[in-house]
Amino acid sequence: MPEAMLERVKTQPKKKSEFLRVLKQLSYNKMAMLGLVIFVTELILVLLAPLIAPYNYTAMDTAAIREAPSLTHWFGTDDLGRDILSRILYGGRFSLTMGIFSIMISATYGAVIGSIAGYFGGRVDNVIMRLLDIIQSLPGMLLTIVISTVLGAGYLNTILALSVNGIPGQARMLRAQMMKNRGAEYVEAAQSINCSKARIIASHLFPNSFSPLIVQMTMGVANMILMASSLSFIGLGVQPPQPEWGAMLSGARQFIRSSPHMVIFPGLAIAITILALNLMGDGLRDALDPKLKK
Amino acid sequence: MEHREERTPFLEVRDLVVEYFTKESVVYAVNGVSLTVDKGQTLGLVGETGAGKTTIAKSILRILPDVGARMVQGEIFLEGQDLTRISEGEMREVRGKKISMIFQDPMTALNPVQTVGAQIEEVVALHTQGTKADFHRRAEEMLEMVGIPKERYGEYPHQFSGGMKQRVVIAIALACNPELLLADEPTTALDVTIQAQVLRLISELKEKLGTSMILITHDMGVVATFCDQVAVVYAGNIVEYGTKEQIFDHRSHPYTIGLFGAIPDMRSDETRLHPIEGLPPDPTNLPEGCAFWPRCKFATERCKQGKIAMALTADGHLCRCCNLEIVSEEGGEAACQHQSLK
Amino acid sequence: MIPIILGVAILVFTLMTFCPGDPASIILGSSATEEDLQAMNEQLGLNKPFLVRLGVFLRDTFFRFDLGTSYLTRISIVDSIKEYLPRTMILTIATMLISVTLALPFGIMAATHQGRWQDHLSMVFALIGISIPSFWLALLLILLFSVKLKWLPAMGIGGIQYYILPALSGSLGGVAGLARQTRSSMLDVIRADYITTARAKGVSEFKVITRHALKNALIPIITVVGTQFGKHLGGTMVIETIFGIPGMGQFIITGVNQRDYPVVQSGAIFLAAVFSICMLAVDLLYAAADPRIKAQYAGKRRKVKEHA
Repeated sequence: MPEAMLERVKTQPKKKSEFLRVLKQLSYNKMAMLGLVIFVTELILVLLAPLIAPYNYTAMDTAAIREAPSLTHWFGTDDLGRDILSRILYGGRFSLTMGIFSIMISATYGAVIGSIAGYFGGRVDNVIMRLLDIIQSLPGMLLTIVISTVLGAGYLNTILALSVNGIPGQARMLRAQMMKNRGAEYVEAAQSINCSKARIIASHLFPNSFSPLIVQMTMGVANMILMASSLSFIGLGVQPPQPEWGAMLSGARQFIRSSPHMVIFPGLAIAITILALNLMGDGLRDALDPKLKK
Repeated sequence: MEHREERTPFLEVRDLVVEYFTKESVVYAVNGVSLTVDKGQTLGLVGETGAGKTTIAKSILRILPDVGARMVQGEIFLEGQDLTRISEGEMREVRGKKISMIFQDPMTALNPVQTVGAQIEEVVALHTQGTKADFHRRAEEMLEMVGIPKERYGEYPHQFSGGMKQRVVIAIALACNPELLLADEPTTALDVTIQAQVLRLISELKEKLGTSMILITHDMGVVATFCDQVAVVYAGNIVEYGTKEQIFDHRSHPYTIGLFGAIPDMRSDETRLHPIEGLPPDPTNLPEGCAFWPRCKFATERCKQGKIAMALTADGHLCRCCNLEIVSEEGGEAACQHQSLK
Repeated sequence: MIPIILGVAILVFTLMTFCPGDPASIILGSSATEEDLQAMNEQLGLNKPFLVRLGVFLRDTFFRFDLGTSYLTRISIVDSIKEYLPRTMILTIATMLISVTLALPFGIMAATHQGRWQDHLSMVFALIGISIPSFWLALLLILLFSVKLKWLPAMGIGGIQYYILPALSGSLGGVAGLARQTRSSMLDVIRADYITTARAKGVSEFKVITRHALKNALIPIITVVGTQFGKHLGGTMVIETIFGIPGMGQFIITGVNQRDYPVVQSGAIFLAAVFSICMLAVDLLYAAADPRIKAQYAGKRRKVKEHA
C-alpha cells in the first residue's frame, strides 16, 4: 500500500523525535519532574499498599479510638480505631484510579465526538455542539451529582458519572484542534490520495491534536480526583467503610474539634496528589508549547 | 564623534551598548554605536534585519523591554541633556512630546480596543495644556492632517486598512510637534503604492514642523530620497557613516558595497542580483574582530582580532574597516564587477 | 438560551426517571399497601407513559411556571427556591468577588515582574491554591477560625460573619486559577507592539498596564470568570453542606438523597438557567471589552437581516 508507506515515511521518524524532544524539555523542568516523582511514588505506594500498610485498613482497635499521631500510628487512628495511614494508602487506590479511569473514558469518548464534530463541521458539528452546550450548562458538580444519583453510589458508577461530566470539555478541545488542522496541507494531501475519512481522522488529524489532549488529560486527572472526593464527601461516590479520601474526610468532619488529625491527613493526601498532577500538567504544557520550541 | 565636539549637536548618541538576556545566552544587539543628528536633518539607519537598528531607536526613547534587555553603557544627549540619567518621570515628558516614534508594523502598533481618535487624544492630553474639548479638536486636526476624515475619530483600528493605520500611527507620533522623530521602517509592512504615499506624508509633515528624524530602513531608494546622513549598521555596530552623497558615491566598507550590489539596477542588463554571501552573524556569538570578516572577501588576518576603529576617509565620512586601501582599490564599482565575475 | 434550558429540563427529567427507587413507596414508607402505592402513583401521575409525563412536566414548568411541590414536605418548590436561592447566590457572588479582587492584582504583578521573585511567589501560591480541595480548606478554616481562635461561626446562617468562611474556602481555587490566567494573558499582551506605542507616547507605567494591557487581556480572563462561576455554583453545593447553609445545594442534595424528583429537577433547571444567564452576561461583556467582537455580532445581525 503506497499510502501506508507514504505515511510511515512522513510521520514515524518525526513522531519519535518529537516524543524525545518533549521528554527532554520535560526533564529540564525541575518542578514538573518533582510532580512526576511524587505522583509515581504515590502510585507505587498505593499499589504496594498490602505490603507497606502497617495495619489492615479494616482492623478496628477499640483500645485506640481517635488517637493522635504517634509512633505506633503515624497518622493516628479514626473513630473506630482504624489506622489512618493504612486507610490513606488503600484509599489512594480508589482516589487515584477513579481519577485516571474516568479521565481515560471521557477522553476516549470526547476524542471520538470532538473529532467527528471538528472534521465534518456543518450540521453534524452543530447538533453535537448544541448537545454539549446543554450538558455544560449544568454546573459540573450538579451534573455529576444527578448522574451518580441515577446510577447509584459505588466505585464504578462514580467513575461513569465523572466520565460523562468530562466528555464535553475533552470533545470541545479536540474539536478546536481538528478545525485548526483540518485545512492543513497534509490533510489535503491525504485526501488527494483517496484516504478514507476515518483514516484521515485517526492517523493524520488525531496524532497532530495529541499534545493538547495529553496536557488536558493530566490536568483532568487532578480535577477528577477532586470531584470524586467531593462526591464521596457529600455521601455519594465511594461509600464508607471503603477508605476513599473524600469519604474519610466526610467521616472525620464531626470529630474536627477533638481530633483534627483525622481531617488533616486525608486532605493532605488529596492536596499533594493534585499538586503533583498540576506540576506535571504545567510542565507538559510548556514542553509541548510550540512557541517555546528551540 | 570626537571631531565634532566643538558644538552641541541636536541629538548625540555615544558608545551605546545594549544586550538582551535569555536563560541560555546573551544577545549582543548593539555594540558601541555613536551617532549624531542635527536639527532638521534626517539620518538614515541602514542594515539587515536583526542588525540592531530598532534597538538603537528604542534605547533613545528608553522603551526597551524591561525584562531581558539592558543598556550596558552609553550616553544619549538631546540638546545637551543626557536622557540616560534623567528620572523615569522626566523621561515620560520627553516621550511623545520631544521624541516620538513610528513603528514598523501598523497592524499591531495600535491598541485594538481603543478608538483611533482616543489614541491620538491620549498623547495630546498627556503633553499639552487645555480642556478635553481642545484635545479632541487637536486629535481631529491630526486625523485630517494625515488625510483621514475626522468623522472616523470614533472607529477602531480593525476598521482601518494597513496604510490608514500607519497614518494614524504617524498622527500619534506628530500630534505634539516632536523635535525628533524615530521612524522604524515605517513602510515595510505596507503595499508598494502606499509606501510612497506614507513616506511623502512623513517628509512633508517633517518639513512643515522642522523635525529631525532618524529613519530606519533597509531600502536604499528610501535613503536616497529622504536622508541627509546615512549610517550603515552591521551586527549592532555602525560600519560606515557619512552624508548621503558620500555613502552613495564613495562607499568604502565592503558591507556597504555588498548592500549596493544587492540592489537591482534598471539601467544595466544584469539578470542576477549580487547578494552578500553568507548570513549575518549569530548575535549571541559574534566573531572576534570585525563582525563582517566571515563574509568579507577582503578579509585578512588583521580583521580577525581586536576592535576595529572608525577611520576617517573624507570630511565626516567614517568607515570601520582596517583594509580600506585594498578595498578602495578594488572597491566601489569594481567590486560589483568582481562579484559578477565569480 | 431558551432551547438550552429546555434541553436541560428534558435531560434532567429523563435522567431522574431512570433513578432507582419508587417515589410512591418513599413517600408512603415501607408499611404502605399495594393499593396505597397504586393510588399514590395515580395521584402523582407516575403511571402514565414517559412522554406524557415529560409533556406535562414541560408544560407546567415553562407555561404555567409551576414547579410543583416536594413529594416529601409538600411545600411548593417555587417557595423553597425563593428562600434558598438568594443564599446560594450571595455565597457564589461573594466567592466570585473575592476571587476577582485578589486574583487580578496578583496575576498582573506576576506578569509585570515576570521571572522575578514576585512572579515565582505568586505562582507557587497559585499552584498550591488550585491543589487544595475547597471542602478540605473549609474544614481547615473551621479548625483555625472557629475551633481554635473562635472568631467566626462554624455553621448556620445569620449575619455576614456566617458567609466569610464559606466564601473564603470556596474562592481559593478560583483566586489561584484566575491569577494564573491573568498572568498568562497579561504576558501575551504585555509584549505587544501597541504597549510599546503607549510607552512611547509617555503614558505612565500604571496606565500602560491598566488602560492598555489589562483591557486587551480581559477577554480570556472574562472567559475564566464565566466558567468559574459555574464551578462555584456547583462547588457552593458542597460548601453549603459543610457550613450548614440552607441554600440550593442543600436543597438539591437532600432531594437527591430522598428521591424527591421534583426538587432535583426544578433545582437543577433553575441553576442551569442562572448559569446560562451568566454565560449570556459573559458574552455581552466580551462585546463590551472588545470592539472586534462587537463588530462581529453586528455583522451577523446584519447578515441575518439580509437573509430574512
